[in-house]
Amino acid sequence: MNAGELREKLGLGEDKAWAVVGKFSDPHELVDAGRKIKEMGYTKLDAMSPFPVHGIDDAIGVPPSKLGWRVVWCSAAGAATALLLIWWVGAVNYPLNIGGKPLFDFTYSIPVTFELTVLFSAFGTFLGMFGMNGLPKLYHPAFRYKHTHRASDDSFLLVIEADDPRFDPEKSVEHMKSVGAADVEVVVG
Amino acid sequence: MSLIVEQNPALMEVNPPLVNSPDYHDLTNQITDITEGALSKTPKKYWITLGITASITGILGLMLVILVWNGIGMWGNNRPVGWAWDITNFVFWIGIGHAGTLISAILFLFRQKWRTSINRSAEAMTLFAVMCAGIYPLFHTGRPWRAAYWLFPIPNTDLNLWQNFRSPLIWDVFAVSTYFTVSALFWFTGLVPDLATLRDRATSKAKQVVFGALSLGWRGSARHWANYEKAYLILAAISTPLVLSVHSIVSFDFATSVIPGWHTTIFPPYFVAGAIFSGFAMVMTLLIIARWTLNLQNLITIKHLENMNKIILTTGSVVGYAYATEFFIAWYSGNTYERFTFINRAFGPYWWAYWTMVTCNVISPQFFWFKKLRRSIPVMFILSITTNIGMWFERFVIIATSLHRDFLPGSWGYFKPTWIDMATFFGTFGLFLTLFLLFARFLPMIAISEVKGVLTTEKQTFKSVATEVVTK
Repeated sequence: MNAGELREKLGLGEDKAWAVVGKFSDPHELVDAGRKIKEMGYTKLDAMSPFPVHGIDDAIGVPPSKLGWRVVWCSAAGAATALLLIWWVGAVNYPLNIGGKPLFDFTYSIPVTFELTVLFSAFGTFLGMFGMNGLPKLYHPAFRYKHTHRASDDSFLLVIEADDPRFDPEKSVEHMKSVGAADVEVVVG
Repeated sequence: MSLIVEQNPALMEVNPPLVNSPDYHDLTNQITDITEGALSKTPKKYWITLGITASITGILGLMLVILVWNGIGMWGNNRPVGWAWDITNFVFWIGIGHAGTLISAILFLFRQKWRTSINRSAEAMTLFAVMCAGIYPLFHTGRPWRAAYWLFPIPNTDLNLWQNFRSPLIWDVFAVSTYFTVSALFWFTGLVPDLATLRDRATSKAKQVVFGALSLGWRGSARHWANYEKAYLILAAISTPLVLSVHSIVSFDFATSVIPGWHTTIFPPYFVAGAIFSGFAMVMTLLIIARWTLNLQNLITIKHLENMNKIILTTGSVVGYAYATEFFIAWYSGNTYERFTFINRAFGPYWWAYWTMVTCNVISPQFFWFKKLRRSIPVMFILSITTNIGMWFERFVIIATSLHRDFLPGSWGYFKPTWIDMATFFGTFGLFLTLFLLFARFLPMIAISEVKGVLTTEKQTFKSVATEVVTK
């Protein structure tokens, strides 16, 4: 079944334009082009690259990641879980006198508290990163551009999204070409 | 440009991994070719080796069945040596794992760019080594299917028991299981962009589905990368204290007891240095083989191996210094039992184990002071193996010699491993190598996206240095 048949079966209408995409073969060209496109007044820009390109965030206006704060909360949750667990198990639910040692104390709780803090932070980072990226995702219109498969190899793609107020299928294609992009296309999906 | 490089060997040092891999596409091809080649075209020697290691893993399985069937009396543990090869091998394997996290986390924070060629395989090695280590605490319980209730705080109605959080053994459970989980998350995070590369190159439906699912829909968007880089930094930042804590907590198993030879405050740093020492040696052994069989000389260069040898030299010297400190404190403390334990280690019934340890750990890494030896593949291959022999003996010496002479001479004993002990340990190597071989064949062994990132910056440095040389 191809995409068209599937769309018909699901009763979906015609595809809308998702974005104008152009290809570059060098990360520095991508950054320069991105900056020029942004200067033209576009605000909803994205790039796709095989590795993190430094300078692209500033050039096309990607905000800094907010992951850090979320992880701080996860760390706190990890430490609290560990301390509550050790206190409740040792001093409340199953108090066991071993050589008169205290039923709960911070000193011997340090190793487990530390480990659970790290464990919760790691899960927070991992799930947070993929969650904030909207992954896992089964479908994304970006994959309908003919060179997307090379964005994980040796190509650097610049994207002007259709949500952008200045977006215009024809003009944006021209703009993209003017900054040196190759294989510029309006991608639908 | 290659002519400039040939005329100026100094340039090779500027840009070790990348001189011979000119562009991104070649790099992708070189690394993914190993993963994507048809099964029928995989060299026969690979399948033969895999067959051998899988058979050795079979021995491990058989030994564990015998152990569970008959009980842990099948091991040679006795009184007074109640802890023997089981914990020796556990500590040995856990220690091996430490190099992976050190390379992926600590060297990342120190911005050691050369790590990108070796971090993926070192991280994989960490996971497999921790799996081998995990076998021992799991099976020493005798009933591994119930071990979860004894090891983890799971509410239970049949036993109505909780763990004792004052015991370092329960700290160890938390440390090792956290270590494994975090290493796995870190490894998978790094793998996702490369799995996306494999997905985009997949030629068969099956590969598209498998790599498509594993890569979670990664498309390398700038927003993805912004969160990704932050996540990578956070994972590195939390793994750094984690890796130092794991072997420290392992050492608490000994250090918090009141056995002469164990009850010392030097244990945490001493164990951590030893772990990194043995782990780097294991990475070295595996990389030399992988580099040679998979033709990765341009990505894993002599410069990489030399850097690793420097770390082996440093940590090996720390370990040697720790041995000397231990001996000094045993004398200086004036404690009769402590003093006896140490003299007995070197000159008692286990003298051969002690001197094997000293030869392999203290003397052999010192050869790496010489640049020529540090850059010689045969030398580093041999020394990487002797290091691991030495580090295994270190754990054995610490554990067995401290226990076999109890406080009362009437309780003295001697530990001899049974053939089950030996075959089980042999089997863990089978498991370790089988997993590593499968990884090297079916997943990208070198972090493609990370090497490309370094390639970009190094290319610039290279260009500027080359121009400088030419203008001179």
